[in-house]
Amino acid sequence: MNNPQPSSDSTLLLKTFFGLLLRDLRVLSRELGPFLLRVGMQPLLFLFVFTFVMPHMAGGSPLASVGPGFGSVLLPGLMAVAIMFSGIAGVALPLSTEFGVTREIDDRVMCPAPVMVVALEKVVFSALQSIIAALLVIPMAIYIPATPVYPDLHRWWLLVLVLVLSSLLAGALGLAIGSSVSPKNIGLVFSIIVVPITFLGCVYYPWAYLDKIRWLQIAVLFNPIVYISEGLRSAVTPQVHAMPAWVVLPALLVFLYVLGRFGLRGFLRRVIS
Amino acid sequence: MLPRLGYSEEADLPRSGVSCIVIVEIHALTKIYEGKQRVTAVDGIDLSVNPGEIFGLLGPNGAGKTTTISIATTRTLPTSGSVRIAGVDVVAHPAEARRYIGVVPQYNTLDRSLTIYENLYFHCRYFGFTHAQARQRSDELLAQFLLSERRKAYPSQLSGGLAQRVQIARAIAHRPTVLFLDEPSAGLDPQSRMAMWNAVQGLRKEGITVVLTTHYMEEADALSDRVAIVDHGRMLAIGSPQKLKETFGAQTIIHLTLRHLDAAESVAAELRLRPGVQNVELAQDSLRVFTNGAEGLLTDLIQAASPLGLRDIAISEPSLETVFIQLTGRDLRE
Repeated sequence: MNNPQPSSDSTLLLKTFFGLLLRDLRVLSRELGPFLLRVGMQPLLFLFVFTFVMPHMAGGSPLASVGPGFGSVLLPGLMAVAIMFSGIAGVALPLSTEFGVTREIDDRVMCPAPVMVVALEKVVFSALQSIIAALLVIPMAIYIPATPVYPDLHRWWLLVLVLVLSSLLAGALGLAIGSSVSPKNIGLVFSIIVVPITFLGCVYYPWAYLDKIRWLQIAVLFNPIVYISEGLRSAVTPQVHAMPAWVVLPALLVFLYVLGRFGLRGFLRRVIS
Repeated sequence: MLPRLGYSEEADLPRSGVSCIVIVEIHALTKIYEGKQRVTAVDGIDLSVNPGEIFGLLGPNGAGKTTTISIATTRTLPTSGSVRIAGVDVVAHPAEARRYIGVVPQYNTLDRSLTIYENLYFHCRYFGFTHAQARQRSDELLAQFLLSERRKAYPSQLSGGLAQRVQIARAIAHRPTVLFLDEPSAGLDPQSRMAMWNAVQGLRKEGITVVLTTHYMEEADALSDRVAIVDHGRMLAIGSPQKLKETFGAQTIIHLTLRHLDAAESVAAELRLRPGVQNVELAQDSLRVFTNGAEGLLTDLIQAASPLGLRDIAISEPSLETVFIQLTGRDLRE
């Protein structure tokens, strides 16, 4: 018999989690090209158009005069968008199909671990993709713009913290969407949730600059992307005015908790009837 | 060295292959779906499945078979009652119970993003196998289920019968104690169905207990050691197919086609007195002998019927279909 040695519950739990992670890595490794295109295309084009093409235009772009250089504003913002999009593409889209038509998730749900582990693995795996996607933006911001944008890595610990929390948060949001929206409506979710929260997520402008439109400045505080952008801004481009870490980190934690709970409950409801 | 007297924690738990008196123990199980329409899917089912047995849940669609299996495999929570798998309560300890369970669901749930080999390999990894163990087990299963040539194929490239075989291979990859098959032959062509039956019977040699649901009485009859007949969430009868047929009056019918029917009535009267004969009816050109299959009856019948010019003998074996009709007054396929 080549059965594995009976292992204690916690060891088996880790092995199961690792097995699930390996499965996702295998699938991703097969789709590495599409994955890179998916996460890279948007920041690439954004940087190209706004920090390379426009500054070269005759007369200069009016955007070039915004604050301390649009490139510096864009870098953390685009990282935030990258995190958000891979969270949703990495969890919401696959989950929605696996739950919907094919019920492919069933075999993983039947693994010898609490069902929650399957959901947590999805979130963790998506967070890994988000981190890769966010880090990809950094070299792009150095090489694409007319004037290179170098991140300031002096507060690297803050960058690590914000990256990890934001990526988990994006995964939790993906879980919440994926387990509560049918595959038929998933496209609609992009238009009515993902696009608005990105555009109103202080991605293309720092939150502080919203003070002229006070109501909006307050309203966007309910948008988790704001804290991702501002947190990254505070970590990598300290020259741009950003929310302080002591606001951003607790806010990220709160959103992570709320969305994570909501997502897990939705997941359990879909799996166990 | 002293002999080991103590048991490790795991040793107390029955593992695959460990003898256990009852593998599946279902007690007073009910499931009510609340909603606009209150639906009682399972209405007080009690049954137990013994080790090594192939157990069939036979009933029409909507009888509560799939719900019962879903509860037993930790996918649905019961409204009341309990299910124990290898002694483990599925509601209290679902993760632990799943170690002993293999499932082949009604629909194809193979991982579309993975090859056939990877479907098996990663399933093993989910159950804590190391890389080497998972690889070896997957190769072994591919060979056993004659799938080696398709190892690199994706599930979408497989026919229904092949996909079903992969699903069975995957379900037993972690060497579960009990395998649940939900309507295993739904959507299979006759040839694939036979192959699936062979595969299921092959599992017996490995000591895997099988619980299957079906609404094909031939399938329940051909495969199961014991059958539970369910309808409207209730269990109507349980026993070996043979016993069910005997108990519920589904007898073997021997049709004796005769040339001369003049003396048939007196022969019939004489035959009715024989042991093993339940009844004899006179039909147009034949005698119908209802029997529960006594030894040597056939020779006696031939002798008794010879003077009447016996032309032909036909035997209708009893079937679970007739048992079901007897129990519910309805046809299984209605």
